Amino acid sequence: MILDGKCPSGPIAGKWEKHRHEMKLVSPANKRKYRIIVVGTGLAGSSAAATLGELGYNVEAFCYQDSARRAHSIAAQGGINAARNYPNDGDSVYRLFHDTVKGGDFRSREANVYRLAEVSGNIIDQCVAQGVPFARDYAGYLDNRSFGGALVSRTFYARGQTGQQLLLGAYSALSRQARAGNVRLYPRTEMLDLVVIGGEAKGITVRDMVTGKIRCHAADAVCLCTGGYTNVFYLSTNAMGGNVTAAYRAYKRGAFFANPCYTQIHPTCIPATGDHQAKLTLMSESLRNDGRVWAPKIRGDRRPPQEIPEEERDYYLERKYPSFGNLAPRDISSRAAKEVCDDGHGVGPGGRGVYLDFAGAIERLGEDTIRQRYGNLFEMYERITDENAYKQPMRIYPAPHYAMGGLWVDYNLQSSIPGLFVLGEANFSDHGANRLGASALMQGLADGYFIIPCTIAHYLAQTRPDAVSAGHPEFVRSVEETETSIKRLLSINGRKTVNEFHRELGSIMWEHVGMTRSRESLENALRRIPELRAEFRENVRVPGREEDLNQELEKAGRVADFLEFAELLARDALYRDESCGSHFRVEHQTEDGEAVRDDANFCHVAAWQFRGADKEPELHTEPLAFENVRLAVRSYK
Amino acid sequence: MDILKNSVGRKLVMAVTGFGMIAFVIAHLLGNTTLYSGPDGINAYAGALHSCGVFLWTFRLTMAVMLSLHVFFGIQLTLENRAARPQAYTVTNYRASTFAGRNMIWTGLLIGVFLLYHLLQFTLQVTDPEIAAVRHPDALGRPDVFTMVALSFRKAAVAAVYVCAMAALGLHLGHSIQSSLQTLGLNSERTFPAITKGGIIAAILIALGFVSFPLVIYAGLLR
Amino acid sequence: MDLTLYVWRQSGPASAGRLEEYRAKDITSDMSFLEMLDVVNAELVRAGREPIAFDHDCREGICGMCSQVINGVPHGSREKTTVCQLHMRRFRDGDTIYIEPWRAKAFPVIKDLIVDRSSLDRIMQSGGYVSAHTGGVPDGNAILIPRDDAETAMDAAECIGCGACVAACPNGSAMLFAAAKVAHLAKLPQGRAEAARRVCVMTEAMLKEGFGNCGNHYECQAACPKGIKVKFIAQLNREYIKAHLKDGRDT
Repeated sequence: MILDGKCPSGPIAGKWEKHRHEMKLVSPANKRKYRIIVVGTGLAGSSAAATLGELGYNVEAFCYQDSARRAHSIAAQGGINAARNYPNDGDSVYRLFHDTVKGGDFRSREANVYRLAEVSGNIIDQCVAQGVPFARDYAGYLDNRSFGGALVSRTFYARGQTGQQLLLGAYSALSRQARAGNVRLYPRTEMLDLVVIGGEAKGITVRDMVTGKIRCHAADAVCLCTGGYTNVFYLSTNAMGGNVTAAYRAYKRGAFFANPCYTQIHPTCIPATGDHQAKLTLMSESLRNDGRVWAPKIRGDRRPPQEIPEEERDYYLERKYPSFGNLAPRDISSRAAKEVCDDGHGVGPGGRGVYLDFAGAIERLGEDTIRQRYGNLFEMYERITDENAYKQPMRIYPAPHYAMGGLWVDYNLQSSIPGLFVLGEANFSDHGANRLGASALMQGLADGYFIIPCTIAHYLAQTRPDAVSAGHPEFVRSVEETETSIKRLLSINGRKTVNEFHRELGSIMWEHVGMTRSRESLENALRRIPELRAEFRENVRVPGREEDLNQELEKAGRVADFLEFAELLARDALYRDESCGSHFRVEHQTEDGEAVRDDANFCHVAAWQFRGADKEPELHTEPLAFENVRLAVRSYK
Repeated sequence: MDILKNSVGRKLVMAVTGFGMIAFVIAHLLGNTTLYSGPDGINAYAGALHSCGVFLWTFRLTMAVMLSLHVFFGIQLTLENRAARPQAYTVTNYRASTFAGRNMIWTGLLIGVFLLYHLLQFTLQVTDPEIAAVRHPDALGRPDVFTMVALSFRKAAVAAVYVCAMAALGLHLGHSIQSSLQTLGLNSERTFPAITKGGIIAAILIALGFVSFPLVIYAGLLR
Repeated sequence: MDLTLYVWRQSGPASAGRLEEYRAKDITSDMSFLEMLDVVNAELVRAGREPIAFDHDCREGICGMCSQVINGVPHGSREKTTVCQLHMRRFRDGDTIYIEPWRAKAFPVIKDLIVDRSSLDRIMQSGGYVSAHTGGVPDGNAILIPRDDAETAMDAAECIGCGACVAACPNGSAMLFAAAKVAHLAKLPQGRAEAARRVCVMTEAMLKEGFGNCGNHYECQAACPKGIKVKFIAQLNREYIKAHLKDGRDT
């Protein structure tokens, strides 16, 4: 099937305006009759729930954390992009749009990206109005910094905690609506199923993580804002609880999963130290503004970094990409780091690391300036590694960080199931094959504050409110199925812990479906994942009871989904026989190791439809047309 | 008054009444130093105070109101605080709070009990009628406060009670001076160390000042 | 290194809990405290016992989910550090470690080391926001904010809402938590308009949730993983006085 993204016609700059005008509205008096479920309370979820609640809808918001404020958006450090051109360095909506399309290696939908760039400025205003303490200069104006993949300074930031401050802003708006009774919050609640009635999403089945009770919530529309699936790699920069479950179970109920192979590996993370490692910590990409990345020229050089003379250091990003240098986009920087380490130049434990050196910046700007800019990051680094980055270079290594792929949505953010909307990282729409730094926060808030309120109204206006209740047979069936699968997990009583399976899955994914992929490695993964899944189903041990707070059970459910989803990811990576953005197939590269796209055959979105357990999914495509940005070889040289 | 239900509101009452009483305590201490100029000093001072009449009673009434508020809210807030932490930690490891701060209720109650005794002893003069100043005027016909105090403090037990009570007062003030300034919002990161230190020094000086009377008299240095 | 742990185990809110002894073996100094507990838990699962339940999520010190009192100190002895960022190099072979949940009436234990902190959410819901509507707001640069004010607001806004201040306070008071929000928003022109109302309703909500009263002990400041200063409590007090002096309003 050829999918239709339902992008409005006309010149790109007027599409959103025109579309907003054409969409139907719900009358103020009728809004409260509609119930909307929002799953996840990160930037997309909180902002959506708060805004929809404020508009007068009856909103129910769910999160697995103990408070909406703890969603993983909180961990984003660097900043948020907006096309404001405050520094007068030539930025514009068009340039942000252009940079994002190019950064995504021409695998995103033009109309979505343009809209994102258009509303980016409103996000900053909104956040300022909420009391987000963005960095300001001495005159009191908003300050900007530059970020990877851009030649202009368009990133707004609040120290190294931009994500935290934006989320707390959205959370405060959400709290206000909770107080007003427009939003009901369900923390410590995990969505385990989507209920589709008559082809439309009409509710969800959840597990109360405190009592273990399975219950249903009926609604007129469901918004999934459940983030990315990068924990499929086991070690990633995502929160421990980050999972694909909500999205995957929606997929199993008929929502198409688009481009799952686009997973971003972030170049500046703290290297792992051993098998006990539970997660990886990211160091903001903004560090690359002042830090220089290098590795020793001599293979296996074990000298301390200070003793390696200048001429024996390889500043490989500056050497390979003279114009962007240390600010080359994430996929390129990550791959370059892996290459030098694979080539034996890596430093630190196991030779999996390169240096990020601030000596030059400290000499030029003084330690105080560096402390002011990155103090909290240096502290965090010191806490984890026990090393002082003011005195010796940081060691960094790439780590799985973000999922550009996600549930397929049209221009209205509606999935292939009517009534199911997908926002933020959980959808696939805006970042193509690679996301630029400081764009995730922008997308989450754009979707939640400005896009969904318009597009969901268009859907609801054509729906009768309160059409089904939680007593509907489909809900009963969903509860039964969910309970059965939980009982099954608890009854296996095997010999391996959930974590052991997760770690094994992660190592398969990292080795074979990680930063570089080949037909051989992917076929290998596609053999091993089902084997591991089969073993899981027979040999996992999940202790404890069903009707209790049971963290092993929570993990088991998530890992069970990862074990299925991993195969979909690998299958998509195998299907996409080209290199683009973060998806690097070794078969498709230039002589000096740059990605080579195949626009003739793969200039499209690959969306997969579930066809039953252990059956191959069906592929649908959505062709991508580039009418405003010339489809070109992405170059950062 | 809703302000008296609010946590901060009641703490403000504690701070304001506390400061009122600190002012009284300082005035009391300064007045008492007349003891060192012998019977003529303190007896004249006591006589002068008594001649104030309405003033004295207004003052006494004010102090009584302040004290009652301070005690009432002190106990109420403490009970709430206890209720807010129903289960104690097995291991406690305080890093910023002080012994004085954590025991405000006990030093406060101790001071309260002492105050009763002190009023019975030197104001109502019912504990030791044989030396009651009102009944034993000095040569000039004034109540002989000097002799009453001097004879009282020569008893080891009485002197000891006063020393202990003043230790409690010192501890109480040691926390309360910086605490009330913080509650009144008259504190900032810059003034913080100075206020804390200054509060402790002031508390020690006040306590030492009061303790000096029983000690000096008991040691026989003032007859 | 090998360690002896005494961990608070409690099967539910209504049941009585107690400290149980565990051995943590072959712990390396590079592990984080929570990774050490992961190792202990893996052993428990293999032995067919129930693992220790504890809250955690981001494991990079920002989500505020982790909440353990280690040897009598919320988040452990390292300054400005959450449990998840505490590393085992802070401990020595043979050490005995006591691990307890946050203890406060307003934070009832749900299970083992997990407590219910929804009371903090309700304090925020009472007024910890600027009543800005989505859309229709002025340009972000329309109101200039002096850098120092923005920085001070940010100092207060860094609160991660973990509740360590409450856990550390001998009175179980949430004053530092409330003060951080009151001060953050009062420092910015956008938050100024509602400052008087905010300080009144937030302090009222605090009391209603069963938190104690601030005794100016400053244990909260010592425990705060983000280094939020008690000067913000002084500011809350000032805001409260101002709110009452200005229009004589009662809460």
